Amino acid sequence: MAGIKVHGSPFSTAAARVLATLYEKEVEFEFVPVDMRAGEHKKEAFLSINPFGQVPGFEHGDLKLFESRAITKYVANEYAGKGTDLVFGDSKKKAIIGVWMEVEAHQFDPVASKLVWELAAKPAYGMGDTDKAVVEENEAKLVKVLDVYESRLAESKYLGCESFTLVDLHHLPCINYLMGTEIKKLFDSRPHVSAWIADITSRPAWSKVVAMQKRQ
Amino acid sequence: MAPIRVHGTPFSTAVGRVLATLYEKELEFELVAVDMKAGEHKKEPFLSINPFGQVPGFEDGDLKLFESRAITKYLAQEYADKGTQFKCGDSKTAAIIGVWMEVEAHQFDPAAAKLTWELAIKPRYGLNTDTAIVEEHEAKLAKVLDVYEIRLAQSKYLGCDCFTLADLHHLPNIQYLLGTQAKKLFDSRPHVSAWVDAITARPAWSKVLALQKQ
Repeated sequence: MAGIKVHGSPFSTAAARVLATLYEKEVEFEFVPVDMRAGEHKKEAFLSINPFGQVPGFEHGDLKLFESRAITKYVANEYAGKGTDLVFGDSKKKAIIGVWMEVEAHQFDPVASKLVWELAAKPAYGMGDTDKAVVEENEAKLVKVLDVYESRLAESKYLGCESFTLVDLHHLPCINYLMGTEIKKLFDSRPHVSAWIADITSRPAWSKVVAMQKRQ
Repeated sequence: MAPIRVHGTPFSTAVGRVLATLYEKELEFELVAVDMKAGEHKKEPFLSINPFGQVPGFEDGDLKLFESRAITKYLAQEYADKGTQFKCGDSKTAAIIGVWMEVEAHQFDPAAAKLTWELAIKPRYGLNTDTAIVEEHEAKLAKVLDVYEIRLAQSKYLGCDCFTLADLHHLPNIQYLLGTQAKKLFDSRPHVSAWVDAITARPAWSKVLALQKQ
């Protein structure tokens, strides 16, 4: 099969999710930059990979995928024998891991993404003033989510189970941005959350994604 | 193992997703009512099943789960040999089905759920529909359905040529929206319309609707 190609920007949280997984699995890939300022992701060549016009797009031979969390699962399963083990356990354990994957997608991400946009992306790209009302509303929501995480991480070393899995990995891109904003205090004030963040952000695979961002 | 228990109301879209899957898999289960008006879902003992205080909660013996799409996936895998198979093809097809499951969760549901709330649920409770929100999300849903129209011209169901969870997860919101002005968005797109007809006609889904009527 021809090699893997990831289309996107390393600054995109969704693309970063995929890059982190590829690095964890020690899989070779080609990174194809997409010029989002020029609207490349809304034009035909890209739309044939992702009809919703969002990065990342992903190719493995003639297989085309989109939606970061579908891509990470594909990579984790396709390369089950390589690099970090990201999918394992009996059906009970998998089910619980599955729960926390949904938690990231439906409880954490909607809130965290809004905060990343207001506090990190808007200032960085000069895309307008931070909307304080949106920040306040979503900080309050994030607090509630992190309270649940604090309890969970007191019982379990990682969110899904005792080992690092895609559940934890999926959080990395948003957490990385938020640690550079006023939101950091919400993480720091919760000891188990704080320890978990220190752990997952120090993974060598994640450092490679951060290095890609710095090279741009 | 003790039987399966689902905690919640059959009117909840998230609960509906789980009930549809249980019926598709032909599994016995107990539906345990949760008095949401009394805030039962925000208190113990419900919180010990779902610390986020949302229905459904789910038990299979001593396994406790929450998040409807995690529960449906668990059921599909744990009871792979029973009832509807939810898959066709190899790991490549599985990856593509996975893509369209994410599409439901991240492209369709955010717009559809807001419309369900404004157009179907709020009126039931005597609350006023916010027409600005409706307009905004009808426009978003229209764009999503344009992509679905193209997809469903190439593929019988969203994920592949057979009915999978990628289709099933849409049922509760679609059912509500068919009873509102948003129905036109589905009717005006022939492939989407045919797909909606096919999935809402499934016997397992009719059983969920029957539960709502009780």
